[in-house]
Amino acid sequence: MQRYGNKGNTLRHLIPPLSICVGLCIWEILVRIFDYPPFILPAPSQIFSRLIESIASGVLLYHTGITLIEVLTGSIIGTILALLTGYLLAHHPIAENVLFPYIVASQSIPMAAIAPLLIIWFGSGIMPKILICALVVFFPIQINVIIGLRDIQRNFLDLMKSMHANRKAQLKYLEIPAALPVVFGGLRISATLSVIGAVVGELTGADAGLGYLINTARGQYDTAMVFVAVFMLMIISILLYVLILAIEKRTLRWQTVQ
Amino acid sequence: MRKVIASIENLGMTFPSENGGLQALSDINLTLYDREFVCIIGPSGSGKSTLLRILADVLVPTEGKVTFADGQNPNRAIVFQSSNLLPWMNVIQNIALPLKIRGADEKEALSQAGNWIRRVGLNGFEYEWPQNLSGGMKQRVAIARALVQQPELLLLDEPFGSLDALTRDQMGLELLKTWETFHPTVLMVTHSITEAVLLADRVAVFSKRPGQIIHELEIPFQRPRSPELRDEIKFLQVVKKLRGMIVTESI
Repeated sequence: MQRYGNKGNTLRHLIPPLSICVGLCIWEILVRIFDYPPFILPAPSQIFSRLIESIASGVLLYHTGITLIEVLTGSIIGTILALLTGYLLAHHPIAENVLFPYIVASQSIPMAAIAPLLIIWFGSGIMPKILICALVVFFPIQINVIIGLRDIQRNFLDLMKSMHANRKAQLKYLEIPAALPVVFGGLRISATLSVIGAVVGELTGADAGLGYLINTARGQYDTAMVFVAVFMLMIISILLYVLILAIEKRTLRWQTVQ
Repeated sequence: MRKVIASIENLGMTFPSENGGLQALSDINLTLYDREFVCIIGPSGSGKSTLLRILADVLVPTEGKVTFADGQNPNRAIVFQSSNLLPWMNVIQNIALPLKIRGADEKEALSQAGNWIRRVGLNGFEYEWPQNLSGGMKQRVAIARALVQQPELLLLDEPFGSLDALTRDQMGLELLKTWETFHPTVLMVTHSITEAVLLADRVAVFSKRPGQIIHELEIPFQRPRSPELRDEIKFLQVVKKLRGMIVTESI
């Protein structure tokens, strides 16, 4: 029984990569049959050789690195702020009343609309992109921290009270582990949002980064390069998501029991 | 004169609610003596759990007070009806938790928890997740988590209420043995008259809400008590008397 199940699983793991290969082949064949000009739709083979070229010249890694720094720095700052304010808001309803209008206001502005403002204030370097990333990451995590903390079972709170747990012990042994599954939900949403945030910032005004690369390549009708940059963005998003999933799985081992 | 562990005086508890407040307890007076086993019995919703939660410092009473011996705050531990084990900690971590909260270092806490795992017969389950344990085993862990605190006053809130009848009987006997070895003062809420008569030195009968103590009955049997006591005529007579006290109240 066990062996049969395993065999079925390994076979099923092969399906997604196969499906991608088939899709790429169809794309290649269509481009060759209809002979599209490469600035409209480059073939996968052309994109691939552009990828190799840009890696060899160091251009791609440089711009990917810049975007990655913006995404990671912004996400870390946004996450830390969201965790701290989330804890504060969950414990002090008055703080929630004071801060909530600002938080909602900052979140209801589309990020494409505040990007120009931040670039006017902070220039075209990485600073405004870090800020945009931090801003977009902030809300989903903060909301989940509040929900996670508010949903802790009454029984567990009573238990901690009966043991005379102080704030620190309560945080360490009850609040963090209890809220973590919900917080990870927010982190997963934020991982993809932060990449979008960085690119929006770079498209608005930048001198480096994958968004900048897309803008300049587009100006030169180097559509293959645009595809390469988009592909790298996809990789960053997926890697971030997988990273968070891996941390989640390790941290929440107790959840997978039962 | 026996040493008093806790005296409860004119204790009342009213929970805020939409129509003026819900009175759960009214004018409770009860004295707990050192090494005594007291059971509380009464209709559901009569505030028995509320009383235990007040004694465990989970709730603050709205009237009256609880005074502890010599003005000191004795070590108290509570076992809830649901085992209340933290699902992100394995068995030994759950038992070690109260010690860690008190500031014991990890090694010391785990070694004491290990001792209690053996005493409650959970050898081999140290690193199991609570989710994988049966109801009876979960409750053993919860009892170990309370006893590891070496309480002078052990509060048991229907600890066997969610167990099947057979497990319940066995757990009751195990508790009797543990108590006879370690002798904390116990205040236990139960719905089983037989359990109360077998375990307790004294039984307090609660009225309907708002809960009041309407009877107190000394259980005259010698210790150590054996499970066979349950089949003796004198035991059944006490059970009958106690049932009478509860029945007349609930009509």
